[in-house]
Amino acid sequence: MERDHIGEISEAASEPNDGASLPPRAVGRSTVSLALIGAGGAGAMRAGEILLDVAAKAGFFGLMTRAMGAQIRGGEAAALLRIATAPVSSPDDHLDLLVALDWANFSRFAAELPLAATSLVICDPDEGEVPTAIRESGAQSVALAMKKLAGAVPGGRTNMVALGAVAALIGLPEALVTEVLARQLGRKGDTVLAASAGALALGVNAAASLPPLRLAAPPVVTGARWNISGNQATGLGALKGGVGFVAAYPITPATEVLEWMAPALAKTGGMLVQAEDELAAINMVIGASFAGTPALTATSGPGLSLMIEALGLAVASETPLVVVDVMRGGPSTGIPTKSEQSDLDIAVHGLHGDAPHLVLAPNSIGDCAVTTQWAVALAETLQTVAIVLSDQALGQSRAVIAPPPAPPTLPGRLIATPTAAAGYQRYALTASGVSPMAIPGTPGARYVADGLEHNVRGVPSAQAGDHHAQLDKRARKLESFDYGEAWADREGEGEIALLTWGSATGPAREAARRARDAGIAVRLISLRLLLPARPVLLAAALDGVRRVLVIEQSHGRQFHKFLRANYDLPAEVAVISRPGPLPIRPADILARLATWE
Amino acid sequence: MPDIPVLTAQDFKSDIKPIWCPGCGDYSVLTALAKACAELGRPRESIALISGIGCSSRLPAYTSVYGFHGVHGRALALAAGVKLARPDLTVIAAGGDGDGLSIGGNHFLHACRRNVDMTYILMDNQVYGMTKGQASPTTAPDWCESKLTPAGTGIAPVAPLLLALAAGVNFFARGFAGNPNELARLIAAGITHPGFSVIHVLSPCVTFRAEQRAWKQAVHALDDAPATDRAAAMMRYAGDDGFTTGILYAGSTPPFMPERQHAMAAADFEAGFVVERQAAG
Repeated sequence: MERDHIGEISEAASEPNDGASLPPRAVGRSTVSLALIGAGGAGAMRAGEILLDVAAKAGFFGLMTRAMGAQIRGGEAAALLRIATAPVSSPDDHLDLLVALDWANFSRFAAELPLAATSLVICDPDEGEVPTAIRESGAQSVALAMKKLAGAVPGGRTNMVALGAVAALIGLPEALVTEVLARQLGRKGDTVLAASAGALALGVNAAASLPPLRLAAPPVVTGARWNISGNQATGLGALKGGVGFVAAYPITPATEVLEWMAPALAKTGGMLVQAEDELAAINMVIGASFAGTPALTATSGPGLSLMIEALGLAVASETPLVVVDVMRGGPSTGIPTKSEQSDLDIAVHGLHGDAPHLVLAPNSIGDCAVTTQWAVALAETLQTVAIVLSDQALGQSRAVIAPPPAPPTLPGRLIATPTAAAGYQRYALTASGVSPMAIPGTPGARYVADGLEHNVRGVPSAQAGDHHAQLDKRARKLESFDYGEAWADREGEGEIALLTWGSATGPAREAARRARDAGIAVRLISLRLLLPARPVLLAAALDGVRRVLVIEQSHGRQFHKFLRANYDLPAEVAVISRPGPLPIRPADILARLATWE
Repeated sequence: MPDIPVLTAQDFKSDIKPIWCPGCGDYSVLTALAKACAELGRPRESIALISGIGCSSRLPAYTSVYGFHGVHGRALALAAGVKLARPDLTVIAAGGDGDGLSIGGNHFLHACRRNVDMTYILMDNQVYGMTKGQASPTTAPDWCESKLTPAGTGIAPVAPLLLALAAGVNFFARGFAGNPNELARLIAAGITHPGFSVIHVLSPCVTFRAEQRAWKQAVHALDDAPATDRAAAMMRYAGDDGFTTGILYAGSTPPFMPERQHAMAAADFEAGFVVERQAAG
């Protein structure tokens, strides 16, 4: 399908510039997609982060994803950026620009760097031959002796030359780059800053001889914008949801959630404990929540696997908690540094017994804050487990976005009040299924929380009547709850629906927009609430839809099977189900839609 | 007179009938724990008793304090979560040798070194009772009564005292279920001592280890003051027969409790993500 949005003449181009950050320009691109690659330690990632920061300060929106090897130091690293005049939800189909600081380990991640004949590749002639894969892509290669240029400045680094060249090529002002550098390197002293600024200036000058890739002027008014990673957004959402206790065990790619939360919790009266393993972490979380503090842990697939038994305990004892699973390639240790949506099965079905619980998924970097905050509120309100399925593509990516909206307001935990009367029933059979929960310290309401089946008082019971009553209660409180509008994002109308979840929503959202621009009516439905399933709501959302395209990033079609198990779908259903680490791109979706034309 | 009811040991017991076999040592542990709580004079709602799975882990239901009967082996982790979230509570964990030293062995190690201010009552009968009589990590290698290990386990048992000392425990006492009054004193001392305290209770299983009735003759009180130096304690108890009772070690490591400030509200952190649009140059 034609890509009509790239390189188009921007509407903004003919409008007056705000006069602040950029010189006026005649024409420019509305979006530029670029990659900075190099051996780990070469500073590609650092240059990418600075570039995104500069673009943000200049008034643009953007997205930066990462492709990394597993090596602690010295592996391959790619910063993949998309900078645009409007918010972006997804990596683009192809790179407009690839800057290779070197070709070390290039072959390991070549598949994640989509080049087209329109792509420009800047490479250092002193770093050896241009790899075959680059030559065969048809992309135009130009030489830039970045290392030599950097060598001309005492202490100069190659990545700063590259940064200068890219900034100049896409039209970001050098002064703004220098300003951001000064802020970030200020602590390292004037010598370091001078070296960086010198190398940067050489890169800027060198760009004059290269084919330009100028962005159009940024929008005059953008409203407030944030520069945030998905893992930071998750931490923020947890904090805003009232989480006061986190226990966790380090694991890629979830660790940044914990690193962001540790000091933030300490400053807000809470704490983060590094546990000896995930078994301890989840049980500490259960203990803290039992004691009255909203609690959360963050992990990835292997950690979730270890926590599953205790999640059943939390369901049975009705102890609220949130587990954030920042998914990576699986099974087993899998691909720790790269994304996949393949933990849906374990999140939905992993618990033994009949164990109703919540599974939620953020569908954008900003939504990591919204969905996590909502998950905390839901877990507290419904006294159960909420599993939040983020992934590496959301968690370790950074975006310049409009501030995320607030999630629905919920009542929170129903607390039992002190009583002089005997006979407190922790697991009383209420109409809603939610019973008042006593917090230790409350006189007159002492009880023992138990993973053994129990009666209304919490006393262990193997009797059929108690088992059935408590099973009904635990199912009822989730089934009968009104989740409001937030259960799914629904956008657009039409007889075709893109049905997706989590990080796959980004490319689906862009594909839907492009399809609409091309005159094809497409609905987007992204499920934020996966469990409990909402068949009545989805049926309404699919009203009038003839064809459904299911979009997910797993090999086993986990989402498709989940939909089949829980929902009625129209007769015509197609599936894009691609395992990680290759992201689904908008063009893949449009290509599939084209076969329906 | 202040209007605080004086609670007796009986007030710390619930009305639920234990599932334990007649003659089980754990009855005495329940009695001793209730007595210790009554003597400490703490309100029932201020105490949380946390356990895992096993015969002895049934303990919380038989008391009248707040309790959590969790999954197998994780009592110490769950208890640490309770105490860290609520330093005002008196937190006690309880369980058996299998729960605490086999499936939960890693947590025992780290509970000793983390030194959260809580007390662990480890009821040791050298057998898995709830699953009908298999070898535990404290069972002698030549015990052949289990169909699972008919030739014995062939592996050396864990010595909880030495393991705890090596891992950094701050207080270790050993009691005998046959002497509930002394045991109550030891439990109270452990609760009062700052940091993580282990009360190792020799609690006979009369059903699967009837020979443990002879422990009555084997136990002997420590005829010395508690060791207060870790190295000296390890020397003193290197050859311990496992039946020495009393407060064996009382250290002075400060308890673990991270500092908290109420300096910021959650929404204050949003400012850190806001992009300031800037004029260049």
